[in-house]
Amino acid sequence: MNSFSLADCTTVEAALSQLKNGAVVKAGGVDLLDRMKNGTDTPNRLVNIRNIRELRGIQSTPDGVTIGALTTLAEIADDPTIRAQYTILSDACGHAATPHIRNMATIGGNVLQELQCWYFRSAEFQCIRKGKEQCFAFSGLNQYHAIMDYGGCPSVAPSSSAVALLALNATIELTSAAKGKRKVAIQNFYVQPDANPHRFNVKADEELLTAIHIPKPAPGTRSAYQKYGEKESHDWAIADAGILLEMDGDICRRAVVTMGAASPVVRRSKEAEAVLTGKPITRDTARAAGKASMTGAMPLSMNGYKVQLFPIAIYRTILLAAGQMERDPSAAG
Amino acid sequence: MATHTPHSTLDALINVAGDTTDASMKTAKMPIGIPGFTLHEEERTVPASEPPVWPINKDLSYVGKPQERWDGRAKATGRARYTADVQLPGMLYARFVNSTVPHARVLSIDTSAAESYPGVKSVHVIEKLLGGAVLRDPTLEQNRYPIVRYVGQPIAAVAATTPQAAEDAAAKIKVKYETLPFVVDMDQAREKDSPQVFPGAADQAGTAGGGGSSASGVPQTGNVHGPAVHKQGDVEQGFKDADVIVDAHYTTQVQTHSALETHGVVADWKPDLLTVYASTQGTASVREELAAYFQLPMSKVRVITEFMGGGFGAKFGAGNPGVVAATLSRKAGAPVRLMLDRQEEHLSVGNRPSSDQRLRIGAKKDGTITAIQLISFGTAGCGTGAGCAGPASNLYKWATLHVEENDVFINAGPAAAFRAPGHPQGAFALEQSIDELAASLNMDLLDLRDRIDENPVRRVQRQIIRESAIWKSRNPRANADVGPIKRGIGLSQSVWYRHLAMDSAAEVRVHKDGSVEVLSAVQDIGSGIKTVLAQILAEQFGVPPAQVEVKIGDTNYPVGPNSGGSVTTASLTPAVRDAAWQAAQKFLASVAPALGVKASDLTLTDGMVRSASGKFQPIAFRSAAARMDTNQVSAQSRRIPDYDPRKYDTYGGVDVAEVAVDTETGRIHVKHVLAVHDCGRPMNPVAVISQINGGVIQGISYTLFEHRLLDPNYGIMVNSNLDKYKIAGSYEVPKIEVQLTESYIGQSSTDASGIGEAAGIISAGAAIANAFYNATGVRIRQMPMTPAVVLAALNQPKPQMEAL
Repeated sequence: MNSFSLADCTTVEAALSQLKNGAVVKAGGVDLLDRMKNGTDTPNRLVNIRNIRELRGIQSTPDGVTIGALTTLAEIADDPTIRAQYTILSDACGHAATPHIRNMATIGGNVLQELQCWYFRSAEFQCIRKGKEQCFAFSGLNQYHAIMDYGGCPSVAPSSSAVALLALNATIELTSAAKGKRKVAIQNFYVQPDANPHRFNVKADEELLTAIHIPKPAPGTRSAYQKYGEKESHDWAIADAGILLEMDGDICRRAVVTMGAASPVVRRSKEAEAVLTGKPITRDTARAAGKASMTGAMPLSMNGYKVQLFPIAIYRTILLAAGQMERDPSAAG
Repeated sequence: MATHTPHSTLDALINVAGDTTDASMKTAKMPIGIPGFTLHEEERTVPASEPPVWPINKDLSYVGKPQERWDGRAKATGRARYTADVQLPGMLYARFVNSTVPHARVLSIDTSAAESYPGVKSVHVIEKLLGGAVLRDPTLEQNRYPIVRYVGQPIAAVAATTPQAAEDAAAKIKVKYETLPFVVDMDQAREKDSPQVFPGAADQAGTAGGGGSSASGVPQTGNVHGPAVHKQGDVEQGFKDADVIVDAHYTTQVQTHSALETHGVVADWKPDLLTVYASTQGTASVREELAAYFQLPMSKVRVITEFMGGGFGAKFGAGNPGVVAATLSRKAGAPVRLMLDRQEEHLSVGNRPSSDQRLRIGAKKDGTITAIQLISFGTAGCGTGAGCAGPASNLYKWATLHVEENDVFINAGPAAAFRAPGHPQGAFALEQSIDELAASLNMDLLDLRDRIDENPVRRVQRQIIRESAIWKSRNPRANADVGPIKRGIGLSQSVWYRHLAMDSAAEVRVHKDGSVEVLSAVQDIGSGIKTVLAQILAEQFGVPPAQVEVKIGDTNYPVGPNSGGSVTTASLTPAVRDAAWQAAQKFLASVAPALGVKASDLTLTDGMVRSASGKFQPIAFRSAAARMDTNQVSAQSRRIPDYDPRKYDTYGGVDVAEVAVDTETGRIHVKHVLAVHDCGRPMNPVAVISQINGGVIQGISYTLFEHRLLDPNYGIMVNSNLDKYKIAGSYEVPKIEVQLTESYIGQSSTDASGIGEAAGIISAGAAIANAFYNATGVRIRQMPMTPAVVLAALNQPKPQMEAL
């Protein structure tokens, strides 16, 4: 790890005033410190925001809920309101990483974490996402990589919570010293690799992610998230599914199907959603939705199995959301 | 067999070793067999100075009873000092500079910027590298620096006043490479036009720790070192004699040891003594290598291992970290700490070789095996040791055998001995093929094994399995469940060998205040030998084990065994018991005058000194000690040969795994394991069970998850961490039920054996694979069984199903 200076801030204003000249924000430090130890990030100044109290906590509002950026994954997973009304988010936060990490990791950091591609994470590989020309995954080891929408970089979206936030239509609040607050819808927050391979999201360096707003779900909403790894304890998703169903009696009025480990940016499957909309949730419709989710899949040399896995993840998570199936033992972690 | 020279010259009383004239021998009736099954007595001729025969465990007070770890509290509270915790005045911190390319000639190394970096006290460029195979003809490569054969190969090192300064300075060392063509894929390395890892034939000497190295001097063609051929009988005739032949191909991956504590040392080079604190499985092996490397007298090297955080076979000798740290310390005139980081741990200090096995077994209708043929290839990186024929050669009775083992060199770090070297790979193939054989013979899996397995202990173990609830719940029909999640139960057997380390000695001291202590250079690698030594003294002196002082892990004490190959308990405990017995006799002689009797009138049992003639009422040991005529008596003893060395015993076990296979997600969940194992006399049953738990978990982890992944285009390991190198966690640990078959063989004064290797890791893969078959009706012959592998196996058109 390189040497760096550290600014310890306790207010948003103080932190914003420090965000210049390449200074990097540190919240829980889970992802950042890993990257610094790997030698993939070498910031010369860190701005520690972990002790900014106003950025921590969950507030219910008439239109929904506002989650401070420093709220930990464990706090979100355990929050009674989130569990009851935003189940997909408590599922996603409660099954990320390990209990220890969930106690340290913040929702802001989780949303902002960088790609988990092993080439990106090795200082030895200077890839397209680090400003170079090449991607090493296409001709290298790509068993955990993307199967759709990847363009020039088949890494997969690393954030579990983002899969849930996309389904919930969340808004990201960004704050800067110069321009104050602005809000970005989550579907516009991440940058597709082909649009700009050097940026992961639209947050500017001088901006701080301060809060996440989630609108109140429509009446009759049920939701769930499941993550499938090669193991349950501390693994990254090889397939995952975020499901949100707005039910009208037995009929699904509106469905949202989101995926993280399929593509570089969290995505909705309009094809899967179309299968469910206006229909009752049954094993058959859930299976059909899972199958539809793979429209356009183009697996790489080693990850064809994911095309088989995603439909199952989606099918089972639809049934979990609908209360027709227990949580999958393969997604316990 | 080693010769035996008494270490101590105290007096004739303790001179027990080596003297085998008839006058010094006696006969002893010993318990033999398994209580509840085959227990009986047999007579053995043993040295007259041996202590009385111990009864079976139920009749002992401390040995054989579950005993809390002697050092458990120190470990749990953080008081235990591991190598990385050692702090010496003026200590420096060292970092390696490692190769970033898989194959190269190093042209030049510029250390000037590092030497002048603030805080740097010494810099060392490696000119003699340890580990890996070496050319038979070294003149084929002439270069000042060792040829780089893998990414992560140590090249130089820096010692500085802070870890940060060492890291920063190491980054300033400029290495100029002339890169050479490389290969990291074993199949590709076997091809004719593959890049060559070595320009000629190369061999690797065997290492301590029980196996790991293949035969030297075998043919080498390109990167293929072998075959090492072992033939008994005419195997082609054997196949002609067979009624049934099973023929299959199996592959297993490279696993890294991934001990929680990385390799490392603190070396303190002083003119009169080199002291090295090492994370090692063999204080003796570290001293030996350092003395040889630096041409120092053994008496000027001291190695200390107070606590150890895992080794699994990869931590013998000083290795590159040891000699480099000592060199840096000598140059700097200060102690140097050199601990590897996790990436270095994955790359440069060992791994379990892969395997690619073609196994054919021929049998008669009644199950009798007429022929076994195993052709194996495996890669131990730029080392050797990928042989895996142990199970095929030693588990069952066969009429003919033909084994060919090949090492395939690739540009990767050399392998090291790893918990039952070769056996998990070999058993994965053998025990699946035996199940297939049973099916094609329409025989029950246990009946067939009863027919072909001559080991009497495993026969009892199979009986226990047969009567177990889990086995009774097994549906013999494969693929019987209708839903997507299918349950299956399978079993596998394992075999390991009674290796002994004859250089195993200890000293026992009795003090006038009634305190007792045991001293040995042996290291406790986590398996609990400290506790066992305390139990032995407790049994002898009648004091609770917690009150026994155990001083080990220091070469200042009598020589201890290197802990590999399951030798520690079997080798050392008889020496400790003999020393304790002899110290007790000396203690009695020391108190006899004050008690007004001859020593021969006295015995020490159950913590009481008793007079045979009834001269006085029994006196507590501690009260009697106060009447010693000296402040301290001591006795030293070393391992004497097994009482009946003609008996070459193997150990093993039978493991049953229950799995739930999710046929849609390709996930295998191991739900329950029944592990039935033997280790001679279990000295501390909870520690034995703990080792088996660990072996089962490590075996599951190997079978389902662990995989060293090398990028084919750059030769770099892409998952050199503990995040993407996947190891079983708490969710992956099944219910583990361990049943010990207490098995007496009448070989020593403790009659203990070992458990480290046989404990679960050998059989986990095959037991899970056989359970997978039972669940799905599909054979899975590839590890690790990830969803990708499982789904691919399930997607194959189904071959004709085995009946059982």
